[in-house]
Amino acid sequence: MENKGSSSVLKPLLSYMRPYAGLIIAALAMAVINAAAVLYAPVITGKAIDLMTDMGRVELDGIAPLLVYFAIAVAAAALSQYIMNLCLNKAAYGAVRDLRCAAFEKLSRLELKYYDTHAKGDVLSRIISDIEQISDGLIMGFAQLFTGIVTIVGTIGFMLSISVKITVAVVVLTPLSLFAAKYIAANTFKYFKTQTAVRGELTAYVEEMTGNLKTVKAFSRERESERAFEEINSKFGSASVSAIFFSSLTNPVTRFINGLVYAAVGVFGAFSVINGGFSVGELSCFLTYANQYTKPFNEISGVVTELQGALACASRVLALIEEPPEPPDSDDAVTLESVNGELSARNVYFSYDPDKPLIEDLNIEVKSGQRIAIVGPTGCGKTTFINLLMRFYEVNSGEIRLSGVPVSRCTRDSVRSSYGMVLQDTWLKSGTIRENIAYSKPDASLEEIKAAAAAAHCDGFIRRLENGYDTFITEDGGTLSAGQKQLLCIARAMLSLPPMLILDEATSSIDTRTELLIQRTFGEIMKGRTSFVIAHRLGTVRNADRIIVMNAGRIVEQGTHEELMEKKGFYSRLYNSQFEE
Amino acid sequence: MIKLMKEYLKGYRLEAFCAPLGKLFEAIFELIVPSVMASIIDVGIKNADNGYVMKMCLVLVILGVLGLASSLTAQYFAAKAAVGMGTQLRTKLFAHINSFSYAEIDRLGANTLVTRMTVDINTVQSGVNMILRLFMRSPFIVIGAVAAAMFISMKLTIIFLLFTPIMGIAIYLCTKYTLPLYKELQKKLDKTSLITGENISGVRIIRAFSRTGDERRRFEAAADELCEIQTHAGRVSAVMSPLTYVLVNIAIALIIWQGGISVNAGTLTQGEVVALINLMTQILLSLIRLAELVMNLTKTHTSSLRILEILDTKPNVTDSAAKDAMESIDSPAVEFKNVSFGYSNAERCALENISFSIKRGETVGMIGGTGCGKTTIVNLIPRFYDVSEGQILVNGVDVRRQPIERLRRSIGIVPQKAVLFKGTVRDNMKWRDKNADDEEILDALDTAQALDFVNEKQGLDTAVGQDGKNFSGGQRQRLTIARALVGKPEILILDDPSSALDPATDARLRRAIAEKTRGSAVIIVSQRISSIRNADKIIAVDDGRIAGIGTHSQLLESCGVYKQICDSQLREEGV
Repeated sequence: MENKGSSSVLKPLLSYMRPYAGLIIAALAMAVINAAAVLYAPVITGKAIDLMTDMGRVELDGIAPLLVYFAIAVAAAALSQYIMNLCLNKAAYGAVRDLRCAAFEKLSRLELKYYDTHAKGDVLSRIISDIEQISDGLIMGFAQLFTGIVTIVGTIGFMLSISVKITVAVVVLTPLSLFAAKYIAANTFKYFKTQTAVRGELTAYVEEMTGNLKTVKAFSRERESERAFEEINSKFGSASVSAIFFSSLTNPVTRFINGLVYAAVGVFGAFSVINGGFSVGELSCFLTYANQYTKPFNEISGVVTELQGALACASRVLALIEEPPEPPDSDDAVTLESVNGELSARNVYFSYDPDKPLIEDLNIEVKSGQRIAIVGPTGCGKTTFINLLMRFYEVNSGEIRLSGVPVSRCTRDSVRSSYGMVLQDTWLKSGTIRENIAYSKPDASLEEIKAAAAAAHCDGFIRRLENGYDTFITEDGGTLSAGQKQLLCIARAMLSLPPMLILDEATSSIDTRTELLIQRTFGEIMKGRTSFVIAHRLGTVRNADRIIVMNAGRIVEQGTHEELMEKKGFYSRLYNSQFEE
Repeated sequence: MIKLMKEYLKGYRLEAFCAPLGKLFEAIFELIVPSVMASIIDVGIKNADNGYVMKMCLVLVILGVLGLASSLTAQYFAAKAAVGMGTQLRTKLFAHINSFSYAEIDRLGANTLVTRMTVDINTVQSGVNMILRLFMRSPFIVIGAVAAAMFISMKLTIIFLLFTPIMGIAIYLCTKYTLPLYKELQKKLDKTSLITGENISGVRIIRAFSRTGDERRRFEAAADELCEIQTHAGRVSAVMSPLTYVLVNIAIALIIWQGGISVNAGTLTQGEVVALINLMTQILLSLIRLAELVMNLTKTHTSSLRILEILDTKPNVTDSAAKDAMESIDSPAVEFKNVSFGYSNAERCALENISFSIKRGETVGMIGGTGCGKTTIVNLIPRFYDVSEGQILVNGVDVRRQPIERLRRSIGIVPQKAVLFKGTVRDNMKWRDKNADDEEILDALDTAQALDFVNEKQGLDTAVGQDGKNFSGGQRQRLTIARALVGKPEILILDDPSSALDPATDARLRRAIAEKTRGSAVIIVSQRISSIRNADKIIAVDDGRIAGIGTHSQLLESCGVYKQICDSQLREEGV
């Protein structure tokens, strides 16, 4: 599915090149001029050499104007090459920028499903390294290919104009180096494949052992892991020697064949001069050609492999770009403005996989300002329900209404910004603490940020950091503990104060004392606002206005803690189980 | 770079010597070619001597074959030496990284270490291969060509002596100017990569806060910056090849003009002029190749500096030379004496003046708020870090005077982060005790409440994927508990072991552990009173200090912090 034929890749790819068509055409024109000038220069030097046959018989007067022509040819060649390079650069980097932005733009519109089903590294490499390869391989490669072909055609033309016989000799001999290169490449491939496979194995092992070094050390497994590593390492070593050696054969072998062509030209040329009808200058010119002529052949064979690689990358990038996005908000979508916190779900059905029904016939009525707890065993559909509330996924059937308006008729942004969300999986971006808290409200003042941090009880530890609120943290939070990261995420949600709040295991890593304090703050600021709380620790949700007990995608019970305990049903069993001792 | 090569090419001296030698010969053979061609023109053609031409042609072919042979030799030895060096370096670095304590791992970051081990060493390996093969070739050719020119004509060699440095300087300047640009370029590329990565892992939060637009603008700005610097770097390197082309052709024009004059004067022949032109072209080609090489080598150089940085980092927890003193059965299993500890980069100490002891057979609960230092305390026992002040004794002996491996083998630890390794469940269970039999493992799994789900899969042969992804968080946690129990550790440390478990499982787990670990010293770190209230002794930690030690009821009366924690949970849990 991902590997399309090259033609189906080229067409959409070309559309990204269209804005740069002018530059590319200019570059190609310059390539033609360049090839002509570069090829003409040796003709002039050849003529000059013919004017210096022997002692006392050198026509310096004839050489002087030739040198002027030579200078013009050289200047033209240099200038055209410079312009060509500039045009190509501009086109290549511009197109790559466009492609990258298009890919990223698509990424920001994709359904959550795509994120949940694709590995991060895979998506990342499409946008970064694959696109880089397209710029290197496809655009520069194409230019090289074109220049190469122009040079070859031009050289043949010039050579034919000088001597048909020798040209034939050159043309017949040169492809030898192509074949040789191809033969070597084909035979090297298998060594490369082994090398790549072993390298993958080695990298995976290092990632596992060094990435989890703390655990390795906790169990004193250093020696064992070193032994296993050495085994893979030496395997990689021998695979590398063959791969490197065989792949480095191409250059010497083609150079050798070039040498043969050179010798052949020398011999044929010398004979022709001796037999008359061919001059020494022409021979010198031919020798230069013989050197130049084989070069593009060698380049082309390299370029072709690179082009193929780039095409493979392009198909991966295009697969991402062509991925269907979240269906756009319909034209008549409503922007939710005054959300009062009322929510209802009626007959909601949903599943990630059509074969495995998950949420079935879910019905909830939530009044404004209520604190709703959702509890149930792992995998019962709690988090999925949140996904549906936030419209990260769309219901299969049924309806969710917010303030009486069906969410499917609202703009996604307005639905999502009605909620503040704190997830168990803490995500912080690389930036200062201040930027991270302000993520929910970019225009917040430092005072507001500090107030939110104080409400989330993280002001204290932030102040103890080296640079306070301006301390830079990396994406994984670096030295911050899991609890500290959760506190920051809570501060982030507190800052924006939306009408509704979702706390999905938001305090799982925070100690209960702090948690209680935070809940009090939440209680105050959430007055009149609706909140959904998912928690493992049932004690933390006892005071909820309503507890929704889910099991296997259905709501099995709902009510207050007392009501549910009296029922002695699923909830009371779940609740009591944590105190058996 | 050179330091690394010196150190790790040692075992490959012969190979490292033969590779450039082969290249030297190849260069020599290649340089003879223009002179042979000159004699074909000057002798063969002038005298119309077909035999001579044929003979010289044969010489050319032989030169080619010799060149090929020496080149292949060079390639082979270069590959062998570079790979050998890479392999050695990799083994060394891996072992070195393994010697790091948690302090170094924290400071350097596990991800950095992985990159150093893989990408950087691979870069150095191919860089060394390139140095051995090509770095020598270009200077050989340049020097050789100038020397060859001298043989032909002293006078015209002046042109060579003049233009070779000019071209060299021109190429050097271009390279020097573009190199920092390429470094900058890499940084920008990293930035786009960082933004993309953040947007993938933070998609839910980004969309929840409706920040997709901002993120897109941020990415576009980064992409623009990248594009700009790429174009800028491209503009500079676009100059190089036309510039050198012009320079070499000026030289050729001079050779033709001066050559013409010399031929006229009879001090030079026609064929020799052709040879000189050829030599000039060869110089140009090698200089350009040298420039390309230098570009590539800066990458190698950066990588080698990054590797050296790691190699030069000394682990601060090492086995001491002092032989272990006698362990005593009478002393407590674990004893802290006035221990203080500070992370290297923090202003304040993480732990201050911690003292307590744990007897064999005792279960100790440790409770306290987020970031109060509980985990740090238990991390000091297996010497993941060394104390800044004070002393920790295990079985009556300072941990710093015990062989690290034996110390750690006597401890079973369940870290907060549940890490499993690729292999089978059985492989993972044997981490603490290599010789554990199935019965023992099954027993541990049973205690850790993991037996049911392991049996539901393929039992002990169940495959564990990378990072244990095929198990849920709670399952992973139980497996890591079982792993620590295998082999009956003398000291068992459970660092918040049940954070991902539902209450019922957690309760069963605690009961089973209490039954199975009689005779061991058990430390349970937790934030839940219910997990530790039945412990023989509870240590309440607050802000890096011990707030109180005692049983549940003692602490309720004497320790304010403990009471607050209790209140916060009792209220919720209605115990």
